[in-house]
Amino acid sequence: MLGEGILKGMAETARNFIGSYVKEDRLTTVQYPEERLPQKEAARNFPFLVFDGNDPHAGMRCVACQICEKECPPQCIYITKSKDRKPDYIGKPQFYPSVFDIDISVCMSCQICVEVCPFEAIKMDTDYELSTDNRFGGLLLDKNKLAKSADYYRKIHPTEAAEVDGKLNAEKVKAEAKAKADAEAKAKAAAAPKPAAAPASPPAPPAPAPAAAAI
Amino acid sequence: MNATLDNTIQIAEPPKNYEVLPKESSAGGTDLLEVAMGPHHPSTHGVFRMDVVLDGERVVKLKPVFGYLHRNHEKIAENTTYLGSMPYTDRLDYFCSLTNNWAYALAVEKLAGLQVPERAEYIRVITAELTRLQNHASLVGFLMQDMGALGTPLMYAFREREKILDLFESLTGARMMCNYMRFGGCRVDLPEGWLEQANKVVAEFPRFVDEFENLISGNEILMARTQGVGVLPKELAINASITGPMLRASGVNYDIRKVDKYGIYDRFKFRVPLGDHGDVYDRYMLRVLEMRESVKILEQALPAIPVGPIVDPKAKIRGFRPKVGEAYGRIEAPKGELGFYLISDGTPNPYRYRVRPPSLINLTILEDMCLGRVIADVVIILGSVDIVLGEVDR
Repeated sequence: MLGEGILKGMAETARNFIGSYVKEDRLTTVQYPEERLPQKEAARNFPFLVFDGNDPHAGMRCVACQICEKECPPQCIYITKSKDRKPDYIGKPQFYPSVFDIDISVCMSCQICVEVCPFEAIKMDTDYELSTDNRFGGLLLDKNKLAKSADYYRKIHPTEAAEVDGKLNAEKVKAEAKAKADAEAKAKAAAAPKPAAAPASPPAPPAPAPAAAAI
Repeated sequence: MNATLDNTIQIAEPPKNYEVLPKESSAGGTDLLEVAMGPHHPSTHGVFRMDVVLDGERVVKLKPVFGYLHRNHEKIAENTTYLGSMPYTDRLDYFCSLTNNWAYALAVEKLAGLQVPERAEYIRVITAELTRLQNHASLVGFLMQDMGALGTPLMYAFREREKILDLFESLTGARMMCNYMRFGGCRVDLPEGWLEQANKVVAEFPRFVDEFENLISGNEILMARTQGVGVLPKELAINASITGPMLRASGVNYDIRKVDKYGIYDRFKFRVPLGDHGDVYDRYMLRVLEMRESVKILEQALPAIPVGPIVDPKAKIRGFRPKVGEAYGRIEAPKGELGFYLISDGTPNPYRYRVRPPSLINLTILEDMCLGRVIADVVIILGSVDIVLGEVDR
């Protein structure tokens, strides 16, 4: 019968229309600014810099190695290395970025900076309400705007952050154990063989060793 | 503007977007009219222009004009690292970023001789078939919209597509620009609960296909508009190297999943639907049938996924330099054969990088399908080709 297909289609539309009042899966939209869907844990938007503790400068994990700057496909990262050094989370003195800019209007959210970073210093944010009328003030993010605490990172990507924390803690424990072992070995070396070989050996007491281990 | 000797300024004529051709060239004794459809025309699915010469309402000549979205993708890729091109491939056919990733990864893996672990192969098949589902779902929706069924079918399709994009987001972090595949595997493992969610989506998907078929497949208006329209003969399709659903709708049994058996497609049982007439209705029905076949592949792949590593331990993220050589990797993307041709000279950047985009090559046949049809048919013929301008122009 001519028109049968049309009627069948209309019945389908009616079923969906009425169904949207009674069945959850037929009504799939949410009223956005008031209602929000929960963020996916893996969601990524733009990069930010992670710092430990409360002070963005002291806790900044980035050591300005500039790998992300080189690997970034659209070249949206600009880094200037500092002249001086500051201790990192293990206590080793490291450079830090004196300038770290990301132009998020150029960034394409590919996450390659995160993948290549050997210091777990740059991670992806999930904040998506970034529209602004200020091209340079609002979209060219500098170090202060990019720095976000590790607690924030743990909040937005809990699973990933737990892995990273585990890795960093293991490194820290290893570094501490190594420093301790080094200090002990050096102390031993300083203490034990000296009296035995006192007359023949040239004067080489490893005096600065305990100081280096204490940093 | 041309300044002449007496300093009067002649203003050049404004560019015409139509042109009245001489009377003699018309068959019916009326003037031929040249119309520029696009580049900002809702039926062109992006910035694409068709220069159509019309005799009344009939098309006597059609010239596709593209390049408005040209972004120099291939040249940029020659100046970035191999990995650096991966996120750019997302932007080729932005509906199917995961299959684009796969095609590129396949080419580089051939070049570098990397072995993809079992689990990664399964993840690739699953994500590629999900991509095919959502691409075909939105394509049939858009095709209905081109025919004037504004809204309803497209929204039904988008409702389904949204569920698949949610899966992509929880796996890769992005809904469309996934950037997920890596050379020798995938970037991250499946998150907890992903497989259950995917199973649910796949189990519910046939309901959508049935619903969509109820809604529109038997519709008399659809049949009147599409049957016998835009017929692409078998020989012409082969000669013009058309691939994908377009070719199969013309009745040629050529599916790279069957021909090449890349990845692990030889392990799954599925059929290749073929069309009979090669018209727009066949192309529509073929996509519907392909969705059903994709669901079959997913139903086999999802329970069989093994545990294990997801990336080849030999693969390097930084300092990746494949040995000197060339490779062509191709897959059956939802739109046709998507191939990447790479030449390596041993440096971190490819020496030559070339994409074989299915959309562009399928588009070259547009005039042959449109000649003699009315202008309203041109819109649906173009819609049934399934182009994405990101891939046509690159």
